[in-house]
Parts: sequence; structure tokens; C-alpha cells
Amino acid sequence: MTATQEPTALTFECETGNYHTFCPISCVAWLYQKIEDSFFLVIGTKTCGYFLQNAMGVMIFAEPRYAMAELEEGDISAQLNDYEELKRLCLQIKRDRNPSVIVWIGTCTTEIIKMDLEGLAPKLEAEIGIPIVTARANGLDYAFTQGEDTVLAAMVHKCPNKAPEAEKEDRNAIQKLLNFGRKKEEVRAEESEYADHPPLVLFGSLPDPVVTNLTLELKKQGIKISGWLPSKRYTELPVIEEGYYVCGVNPFLSRTATTLMRRRKCKLIGAPFPIGPDGTRAWIEKICSVFNIQPKGLEEREAQIWESLEDYIKLIRGKSVFFMGDNLLEISLARFLIRCGMTCLEIGIPYMDKRYQAGELALLEKTCKEMSVSMPKIVEKPDNYNQIQRIQELKPDLVITGMAHANPLEARGINTKWSVEFTFAQIHGFTNARDILELATRPLRRNNNLKELGWDKLVKEEAKV
Amino acid sequence: MKLAYWMYAGPAHIGTLRIASSFKNVHAIMHAPLGDDYFNVMRSMLERERDFTPVTASIVDRNVLARGSQEKVVENIIRKDQEETPDLIVLTPTCTSSILQEDLQNFVERAQMESKGDVMLADVNHYRVNELQAADKTLSQIVQYYLEKARKRGEIPEGKTEKPSVNIIGITTLGFHNQHDCTELKRLMADLGIEVNEVIPEGASVQNLKNLPHAWFNLVPYREVGLMAARYLEQEFGMPYVEITPMGVVETARCIRKIGQVINAQGVKVDYEKYIENQTLYVSQAAWFSRSIDCQNLTGKKAVVFGDNTHAAALTKILAREMGIHVVLAGTYCKYDAEWFKEQVSEYCDEILISDDNGVIGDAIARLEPAAIFGTQMERHVGKRLNIPCGVISAPIHIQNFPIGYKPFLGYEGTNQIADLVYNSFTLGMEDHLLEIFGGHDTKEVIHKGISADSDLNWNKEALAELNKVPGFVRGKVKRNTEKFARDRGLTEITLEVMYAAKEAVGA
Repeated sequence: MTATQEPTALTFECETGNYHTFCPISCVAWLYQKIEDSFFLVIGTKTCGYFLQNAMGVMIFAEPRYAMAELEEGDISAQLNDYEELKRLCLQIKRDRNPSVIVWIGTCTTEIIKMDLEGLAPKLEAEIGIPIVTARANGLDYAFTQGEDTVLAAMVHKCPNKAPEAEKEDRNAIQKLLNFGRKKEEVRAEESEYADHPPLVLFGSLPDPVVTNLTLELKKQGIKISGWLPSKRYTELPVIEEGYYVCGVNPFLSRTATTLMRRRKCKLIGAPFPIGPDGTRAWIEKICSVFNIQPKGLEEREAQIWESLEDYIKLIRGKSVFFMGDNLLEISLARFLIRCGMTCLEIGIPYMDKRYQAGELALLEKTCKEMSVSMPKIVEKPDNYNQIQRIQELKPDLVITGMAHANPLEARGINTKWSVEFTFAQIHGFTNARDILELATRPLRRNNNLKELGWDKLVKEEAKV
Repeated sequence: MKLAYWMYAGPAHIGTLRIASSFKNVHAIMHAPLGDDYFNVMRSMLERERDFTPVTASIVDRNVLARGSQEKVVENIIRKDQEETPDLIVLTPTCTSSILQEDLQNFVERAQMESKGDVMLADVNHYRVNELQAADKTLSQIVQYYLEKARKRGEIPEGKTEKPSVNIIGITTLGFHNQHDCTELKRLMADLGIEVNEVIPEGASVQNLKNLPHAWFNLVPYREVGLMAARYLEQEFGMPYVEITPMGVVETARCIRKIGQVINAQGVKVDYEKYIENQTLYVSQAAWFSRSIDCQNLTGKKAVVFGDNTHAAALTKILAREMGIHVVLAGTYCKYDAEWFKEQVSEYCDEILISDDNGVIGDAIARLEPAAIFGTQMERHVGKRLNIPCGVISAPIHIQNFPIGYKPFLGYEGTNQIADLVYNSFTLGMEDHLLEIFGGHDTKEVIHKGISADSDLNWNKEALAELNKVPGFVRGKVKRNTEKFARDRGLTEITLEVMYAAKEAVGA
């Protein structure tokens, strides 16, 4: 499609909020795996349980460290005492699983009946001897990945203020991993490889291989990561002192960023996110610039990655993409795909924090200019019905959407990619850029293979939406 | 409060949505917070549905919490009425709206004034009923609504169809093998010379519900959904109903005989005995299978059955009565209808278990060590852990339980499918067992694919640790690719950097 008008700046719109996304309690699915000694207790109803059970698929059979505290009619009408009920269940969890932390996930129901989880937690914590973290990850306030944001923001309060010097070294799990099996002197020698800069803590839950990868990328620039929120274990939460620098790795962590700045007096490095080689480079450069470090070899590194992506980029260059919006990764992904030569018709997004995402939005704007494509329209709280009308009108080459719409759109001859996969795949850093394109090009590759067959439209009449 | 890891039956609104989305041109609007429209994902994925699921949410957010839904629900209903002109919009309460206690009925009445289509509030209480009860209730509510409306307008057709005819009640979307069962039932009715008047709710139009009393009788194949509607039709229109699930050879015959009685009572002489005999002995393979040597080998083997009322009861009877298998435990998660289940299976099993706690069932299976399990996906995974084969016979189910191929559980073809399922489950277990006795498969492991000599390469500790984090099923591939990369470049030590470089180079 050719752009009829060429907006010179990004435009922001806000629709009705009638869109499909996952409930934010889904964050337990990846967080319980990330934080190995945690137990997530979702305090809600059968509806919440049904969602988790079905959304988590086969994970549910792997004895997950999560459970529902299913509210019954007696709980709703306050015939039962919340404190006693929660105590009973948490003691059972302590007995069966012995976790280092229990994370309570507040839901819509606990909000509506105003169950004072934040008030109950410290009392119960003292009584049963296990830390309790309370996160209100409910569908009244948040969408999908924002669930992680509420959990991490709550965890910020549990990060130690100042660790004894001797213990500090031990706490840092990533460092320990990298120093694994080396002698003290070697480690000390290696310390000198780092530039002298104030402590940096990164936040955002990523799979361990991606953590290692990004840690190594920064190490190449002489930047040392003092800690990561969350760590592999709750007991290894990073030390956060006043004046530390912090930087986010995902676009949906605005509450966590705010909490780190306001409550722990950290300095936030506002950078684009390390998604795609362009994003990764910009992310590293921004961190370097804050620490007055001259980045080395980044340009070549980026160029080399782009070169290795060429076979995939060929498939999407000049094609158009439409994001319906459901996981807040949309701005970063759109920016990367535009750099790959796509045009972006619309970026739907559940919630747009223009301050936290400022770096990313600026890079998006810059990318559009450099690639001379029109600026996409950013639609906050989209309306799926209206979007489908627009999709049918614009006929994009690729629609990135939730599973509720994917099959119906495919049946109408429109290529779709299921958006949730971007949340679970490894997409950060230089190394994983290829994985993003592997996902984004899959529908195009598949449909290229089938295109001779004439099976594009598989609904009888142009059925109503 | 209850600690729960898994649930067998979903929340009430799922039942209502299953009914609403089964009808043609009926739209459901959920009064729910963001994210509760997960039903659409399930329908689109599990049923591979080509059309958009006719379910939208009227979102309950912070503002609604503070000020009430006010105009929002009404506007959403009217908007949907204009956009898609459905025959009926069903406003669906959820757990959230249950406690908000807004006057949804009032919203419905106001929206009705401006809508062309009908508007109705699903009368289900989240905290009192589950998915199955809600589905039963909603179906009956819709049937009642349209029959009363037709009666007022005098639109209900007089008398009965000329030839014997039936309504099939209870076929729904996301029902276990419902589509195939429906085809099989229609085929069976055709064989019996019975016209199918209406099938509800799947694929039906609410405008045709007024024709329901035209049929001679109703057939309710599943215990869980449809009985309420059938009872209503009996009470209001004197329509008899048959509620025997035609699953298994004996029960299918019983169902057909009952249908014969119902038709005879209305003055047309039919005799289905010849048909039953012919099908049983020569067409369906199940009776012959029970007589064959294969089935002889299953005699006295232990099985555990667990599922919803319909399927668990029918399977228990088939295993015990038709195949001579020893059912050590039969159970259901339909606690609200437990008496019926006990009555059905008590003479066919040693022990009855009524529970919706998967831990209790898992423990019972471990204790009893059956040779095969017939249950839901949960029992399948228990079986995996304990190395016991499992045939899936009931929801909750996964995408593989929505087969494309024709796999009914009901009628005579259903008996064939069940025989396969049962036999395959047992032989699978037996094969495994024999392999173990005779020392297993060829144990020589294929270590290398392609490249010859074993590792001349040295993996350092970090790289090795990283490799071990790679999921098992791709680890070999990652290892081979990395080593090939290193070899091509003459590297002898594999470090983390080499691993990532290799990944970037090969892109895997």
C-alpha cells in the first residue's frame, strides 16, 4: 500500500480499549520459571485458574510452582476470615514446597472486595517466616506483560539496601557464573578489564541464556553489571543503593522503573530496548554514553549481524505490517521491522508510557526518516473490531495479532503471526535478532510454499466480522 | 479459600459462551475485565475456527469500578446490534460482575428498546454453578425464551411432522468430539427412518426454535447439557425425551429400543430389532472384537476410568460389560450429579470416586497401578509420569482431541473408535513391558550425525554449562552446529563467545 499522507511526526490515538490480550496474571508462567525458589499464589476465582490452566498449556503438568487460592462464596461475603484462610494455604505451601518467597498475585476479585493483601502480607510473613511479595496484576488495570511489571515493582522493595562487603561478591550470581571455576587472582585480574563506572543494575526477566549474552555484550565495552532484577533466585536479589544506575531491557517495565527512581533513588538510563541489532546497539551506546565510555566495535558488530539476516530480510523488504497490539513489545518490534525495510501501517499497543519509552520512540522516528517511510499511527487501547475493518481495507502483508484473531484472518487470506510468541521467544541482543525474523517471516515462508495451490480464501462468503 | 492447581470444569461463563457461540448469529457480550475473553482463543485454537468467535467483552476497568458501568454495557450491546445484526445478544455475567452486583437485567431491558435483535441476560451464578451446569441452564433459557415468544405470537406450528422426527439436543462448540457425534447420530436417525427436525444449539438458528415442538421426541445424548431443555419441552409440550447415551454396543441398542418405544407410543409401529442385530453382529466391529483373541488377552486387566458423567459412565460399562476388563475405579468430577453416576456404574467397578481434585485421582491411580487409564488430559499426564498408557475420553482436552478425521464416540461407528482406543492403550503398555523384559530397544546410541571423529574440541566450563541449559531435544543440534562452526574456523576451544558466534552464523 502506498501512503496517502506522509506524517512527519508520530501520531498517537486512543480507542475504546475493546481488545483482546492475556490477563496479566499470565506473568506467573514465566516468572516462576525464572525465579527458581519462588512460589506464586494467585488469589482469585475459577476464571483466573481456567485462564492459567489453558494458557500455560503443557507447563501445567510439570508440577509448576504456582497455584490458585480459589475464592469461594464465603470469602466474597466475608464469612471467612481472609487472614486465616491465607495462613492456612501458605502454611500448606511452606510444608509441601518450602519456597524462599511466596508471591501473592492480587486479581480483579481481590480488588473489588478490597482484600487488603498489602496489609496482610507483613503480618503473615512474620508469622510463618517466609517473605511475601504482593503484586496486583489484575485485568482491571493492566494488560498481559504489565503483570511482570507489577511483580518486579513489588520486588524492588525487597532488594537489599546495602550488603556487607564480603557478601556482596557472593550475591552476584551472574558474576559468579562468569567466574565459575577460576582462581581469585584471575578474577581480580579480570576486574581490571572493566571501566571504572558507578554500579549498574538491569531490570526485566529474561531467560538465563539471554542474560549471559547481554552481560557479555556489555562486558566487551568494559561495563560491569552489578546485578539483575529478577535474579535466578529470590535470595540473590541485587543490592540497590541510592545513586545506582538502572536500565530496563523490556518496554513494559514502567512501574518498575518509576519505583527504582522514586523509592530507591536510582538513576534511570532511558535507552531504546535491546531488541534487534539496531536496538541492541542503541541500548549499549546509550549506557556507554552515560558512563562516558567510547563504545568499541559496535558498528561492525551491527553490520555483521544485518548481513547475516539478509536471507530473511529479503522476504519482508517492502512489505507492510500491522500490529493489533497486546503485549507492549510493539514499538520496539515495529522499529526493528521498519529497519528491515518493512512499512508499518499501525502500531496498536495496550498502554503507551511516553516517558519510559522515550528513547525507543525517538529511535522509531529516526528509523522511519532514515528508511524514508511514513510514520506509523500508534493506537493506544485499540478497538479490535475497528482494527479488523482497517485490516480488511488496508490488506497488510502481515498482521501481528493474538490467537483469537489469527485463524479467522488466515481464513480470509491475511498472513498472521501470533504475537504471544514474541513474549516467550528469545528476542534480545545481537545474537537473537535472527529469532525475531524467524518468527516474523514464518507465515510468509509458509504461504510462499503454498501459494500455487489457490487456497487463500477459505471462508464461503465474505463473512461478517 | 481452596488451594487448586487444576480444574476439570471451567467457570460458569464458559458454559454460557459455549451455548451462545454454538448458535448461528448469536452474539455474547461478557461483562468482564480485560483478559477474560480467553474463550475466543480456545475456540479459535482448539476448534481451528475460521470465523471470528462471536464473543466480545464490555470491559470492566477502574472507571467502571468507581462509577458503575452506567451507559457502557448498553452502548456496547446497541453497537454490536448495529455492527453485526445478530438475532440474539446474550449478556454474560462473569465472576467479576457477580460481585459488582450491577443491575444487568436493567441494562438488558434498556438495550432491548433500541436493538433490532433480541437481548437476554444469561441467568447463571458464577459461585453456584460450573461450566456444564451453566451450559445446560443457558440452553434451556434460550429455548424457553423463544418458545414463549412464539406462543404469545401464535407462531408455534400445530401438530407433529408427518413422519417420526427428532430434535437432537446438546451438541455444543468445544464439546468432546461433538461434531463427529452429531454426524453419527444423524446417520443413525436416517437408518432408523427418523427425520431430524432440529439440532440445537450447534449450527442452529434461534428463529427456528419455535419449530422444536414439531418433532415427535427429543434425544439428549449427553448427560451434562440438554436435559433441562428437554424437561422443559416435556412439561410444556408433552414431548417425550430419550436420555440414554448411545455409547457402546449395549447402550446404543438400549437407546434405539427406547426410541422405538417412544415412536410406537405415538401410534406408528416400528421394530428396530433386525437393525440392531445386523449392526451389532456384522456392521460394527466392536461385538466381534470382544469375541476375538485380541480382546481375550485383555480379560481381567485392570483399568481406571475418570471423566465427566457421560463418558466415564459409558466407558466403565463398555470396559466391564463388553470387553471383560476389570475396572478397579470409576470416577467423575461432576460432583453435582454424583448420585446418577453412582447408580450407573456401581455394578461395573470395584470403587467409585467423586472428586474434582486431581491430586486425589492421581494418588488413586498410583495406588491401584492399573494397566491402562481412561481419563482426561490430566490423567494422561499422570499416566506419563507413572508409565501407564492413557486413552483420553473426556474434557478437559487439548488440541489433539479435536481431530480432523472422523472420530465419533457415539453410535455404531463410535463403538469401533472406542474399541481401537481401548485396544491401542493396552497393547501400547504391553509392548513397552515386553521390550523391557527382552532388554529394550537397540541401545547403541547414535552420537554423531555426519561429521566423523568425536570431539577433538574442548568445551570450556562456561560453554558446557550453557550447553546444558539448552533444552534436551535441541541440545544435540546446538552441539553439532557449534562444533562444526569451530572446526570450520580451526578453533579448538569452545567458549561462550564461540557458542554465540556459531548461533549468529548458522541462525539456529
